[in-house]
Amino acid sequence: MTRTLDQTTQPVFRAEGVTRVYRTGAVEVHALRGVDLALREGEMVVLLGASGSGKSTLLNILGALDTPTEGKVFFRDRDLTRASDRQLTAFRRDHVGFVFQFYNLVPSLTARENIALVTEIAKNPMTPEEALERAGLPDRMDHFPAELSGGEQQRVAIARAIAKRPEVLLCDEPTGALDSKTGVQVLEALAQVNADLGTATVLITHNADIQRIAERVIVLADGRVVRDEVNTERIAPSEVSW
Amino acid sequence: MRALDRKLLRDLRRIWAQTLAIALVLGCGVMLLVAANATQRTLVDSKRTYYERHAFADIFAPVTRAPVSVVDAVAAIDGVSRAEGRIAFYAVLDIEGMVEPAVARVVSLPEDPSRMLNRPLLRHGRMPDPDAAGEVLVNEAFGRANGLEPGAHFDGIIGGQLRALTVAGWALSPEFIYTVSPGEMIPDERRTGVVWMTERAAASAQNMDGAVNDITLTLTRDADPRAVKAALDRMLAPYGGTGAHDRARQMSHNFISGELQQLAALATYLPPIFMLVSAFLVNMVLTRLIALERTQIGLMKAVGYTTAEIAAHYLKLAGMIGVVGVVLGGIIGWWLTDGMLFIYQEFFGFPYLVRDSGAGPMALAAVLGLATAVLGGARAVWASVRLNPAEAMSPPAPPRFSRGAADRAMAWLQFRQTTMMILRSILRWPGRAAITLFGVSASVGVLVSSYFLFDSLEVLTDSVFTQSNRQHMTLTLAQSAPEIAVSDALTLPGVLQAEGGYGVPVRLIHGPRERLSALQGHFPGATLQRLVDDGGLPVTLPPQGVVLPEMLARDLGARPGDMLAVELMAPPREVLELPLMAVIAQGLGQEAHIAAPALFEAMRMAPRVTHIHLLADPAAMDTLYEEVKRTPALAGLSDWAEVRRQFDETVSENLLTMIVIYTIIGVLIAIGVIYNAARIQLSERSYELASLRVLGFSRAQVGYVLVGEMMLLTVVAIPLGWVLGTWFAEGMTEALSTDTVYIPFAISRRTYAMASVAVFLAALGSVLLVRRRLDRMDLAMALKARE
Repeated sequence: MTRTLDQTTQPVFRAEGVTRVYRTGAVEVHALRGVDLALREGEMVVLLGASGSGKSTLLNILGALDTPTEGKVFFRDRDLTRASDRQLTAFRRDHVGFVFQFYNLVPSLTARENIALVTEIAKNPMTPEEALERAGLPDRMDHFPAELSGGEQQRVAIARAIAKRPEVLLCDEPTGALDSKTGVQVLEALAQVNADLGTATVLITHNADIQRIAERVIVLADGRVVRDEVNTERIAPSEVSW
Repeated sequence: MRALDRKLLRDLRRIWAQTLAIALVLGCGVMLLVAANATQRTLVDSKRTYYERHAFADIFAPVTRAPVSVVDAVAAIDGVSRAEGRIAFYAVLDIEGMVEPAVARVVSLPEDPSRMLNRPLLRHGRMPDPDAAGEVLVNEAFGRANGLEPGAHFDGIIGGQLRALTVAGWALSPEFIYTVSPGEMIPDERRTGVVWMTERAAASAQNMDGAVNDITLTLTRDADPRAVKAALDRMLAPYGGTGAHDRARQMSHNFISGELQQLAALATYLPPIFMLVSAFLVNMVLTRLIALERTQIGLMKAVGYTTAEIAAHYLKLAGMIGVVGVVLGGIIGWWLTDGMLFIYQEFFGFPYLVRDSGAGPMALAAVLGLATAVLGGARAVWASVRLNPAEAMSPPAPPRFSRGAADRAMAWLQFRQTTMMILRSILRWPGRAAITLFGVSASVGVLVSSYFLFDSLEVLTDSVFTQSNRQHMTLTLAQSAPEIAVSDALTLPGVLQAEGGYGVPVRLIHGPRERLSALQGHFPGATLQRLVDDGGLPVTLPPQGVVLPEMLARDLGARPGDMLAVELMAPPREVLELPLMAVIAQGLGQEAHIAAPALFEAMRMAPRVTHIHLLADPAAMDTLYEEVKRTPALAGLSDWAEVRRQFDETVSENLLTMIVIYTIIGVLIAIGVIYNAARIQLSERSYELASLRVLGFSRAQVGYVLVGEMMLLTVVAIPLGWVLGTWFAEGMTEALSTDTVYIPFAISRRTYAMASVAVFLAALGSVLLVRRRLDRMDLAMALKARE
């Protein structure tokens, strides 16, 4: 499962001088301060950083869930910062899959239906069954989220994210709410998808051990990229523990 | 089915009780709209068909006596389609087995009744044999009420003679859908009837060979009724014409139109209240649901659903609530329509009902009901789906409480902390508190504006029976008589007091406006029949000039001080110029009044009477009835004691049912509002309330926070409801008042109290129902489930 990083591969994402300022009343919070970044096809990147370093903000902006105050974000050649709300919605629908820390499943829908929520509007989706199979949870399709364990819920969320065959998978602390054993299962599922489908994957974590499964590690601090390096000695998710 | 639609159905199932509560409120509005509209349309269509098939006349022109040949001249008037002359009069009847005398309108039947105007519909038996002088048709209700099967006999004083009559059959007529004796208000099927006799028999009895005393006609499509009436009046004046009038002044038609007008008012007034409240409720519930599903909305956006798709999803939910309301209301409304038609049918006795399909009212109700729910939901949806996805997925900022003047006041008052929680919650969510206040006060308002009808009725009854008509009986003379007739009446058995009255048909003219009416001359010192205003106070007539009831004065555009031309439509047939001295508010009747001495002075004649009011010894009534039945000079009589008895019976029969129906409809609003507000309250504050329990507060103390807020709002809303109800009631009196019956505006303290108690109990019941959930709350779960 090791793959050498090919610097010539086309970047999927390109961020140039991305700044994000939140204003609440009189207070201004600089979540990002001029971030430059490129993400290539099929790459598995870990975003590392302390709480408040701007990881989630960056992920949200890459995924068009949020817009930068300054700077530009390109998805291939498209400037996302100049896209309309409608175009951003279409972009999310067709190209990006999200996995959140707290799974964000719709509680009133079964596992299969939560995935159908996406496959019904995607252009070229796999079946919910296939997505669940790939996420390693083929036999819990008709269970409601409340009937599933945390790890199982997160694997449903991964199945939901990959069902549309996205080019990019954005995962915000997918193991943050899980114990080590279940967390490893989730990481394995993500790595498998990355290997099988070639989906570029960005994974946020503040667990330093997890970085060792990535091809590249980007470290954020105080809204800036402080380190961006290629991981020379990758390990398999099963070797991770915390 | 799409995943989102599945979510929709499951959401609905989860909040089914709240959905049902809103749907019931909306359903009430839909039900009233459908039932009142469908009933009204059915009755209007049935009436129109009945009128058309039975050639109900457009214009009626009574005369004293005119040669038959005048009918052809009338038919030649431009705009007249068909004209017919007939003989019509009132007669006192003696029915075997009935102590009181009955009164009938007698109408002649032409040789060939199959083509006549105002054609009776034979229901039972056969038409009278033209060669058998005594054979008559009676109206079905009268025949049934008195058991007058074909072949039965009864006596009538006709043309001053007692004549034996034989029933040939029973009939219905568009002219007599509603039959009351002149001067009475409610129909009495037993004592008031219609008798059709052959023209030959009527003519010979009334000494009217070759003559008629009543002309009726239909108009061509493009006729000008005013021009036709004017031409008729000119033509018939030499024959004692008392003024041609159209259907508006025809007793039966007028009454039915009034009823239909009231139904239309019902359809207009109440449904909007229910719809407005349901719109607010949908908004309240959806706002909460969306707040709970904030992260789900964020997720839907993240995976690529458009704002429009998400908005549509929640609006569908609002729409589903609307659908449930419309379907429930539509079904109950349809069923209620049948019930209402059954009651009206008992009363009117249309030969057939042209049942409105109900599609029109149903479609209207569906559109309005769905629009109500969707518009109510739209505000909630609009406010929430615009959030950007990242923001939507992060938990909402905690509500901002700040210390204001109200807080300092509360602190100064040293309220307990739980009381502070109640008050602060109201201040923090003023919008929701306002919706709750509005809903509960609307509930009180609907009840006040329903119950007040009984107060109005009481005032009306008191005014009619206790203040105006204190006589036991009123005798109507066949022809006016000198005042001495009053003294003669005193000699009748059992009579304790007798008073005369004089009435004459008139045309009141003020500038370009004119109205047909009657002028009542009141003798000074009369105590049995008095003129009273709508407050029940006797009106002292000025020595000169006329007094008009409000509605008539308004129609004529006349004000006190104006001169009125009063054209007497009976001998001496002069036009008197009389000043309008005062305008009075009057509950019943639309007649002009004058002091009798002033009238006779203006007419330059000795005082005469047309009716005599009697006060009699109740023990001697039977003997008095016997005597009256044999008095040939009478055209009719009103038995006020009997009218009162009938009236009370009708009212008390329906009173309880009506109160129950009104109460159910009215408190449904309070239940819908309080139940939903309390459920939302519980859902929003479960964390807070569970924390209190964890801290050691008892169930009762925690329940107090929930119940206290709702009941505080209820108590504040009740006086607002009184104001709202008073305002509705004022509108209703306007809408329900017809040409002949003015509904007095009166609301008793009992009405306010009943409405308040009903709503208070309904609110308490609803909030206690929600409180029970508090007892079942899993403390650990509630504390974990912080959104």
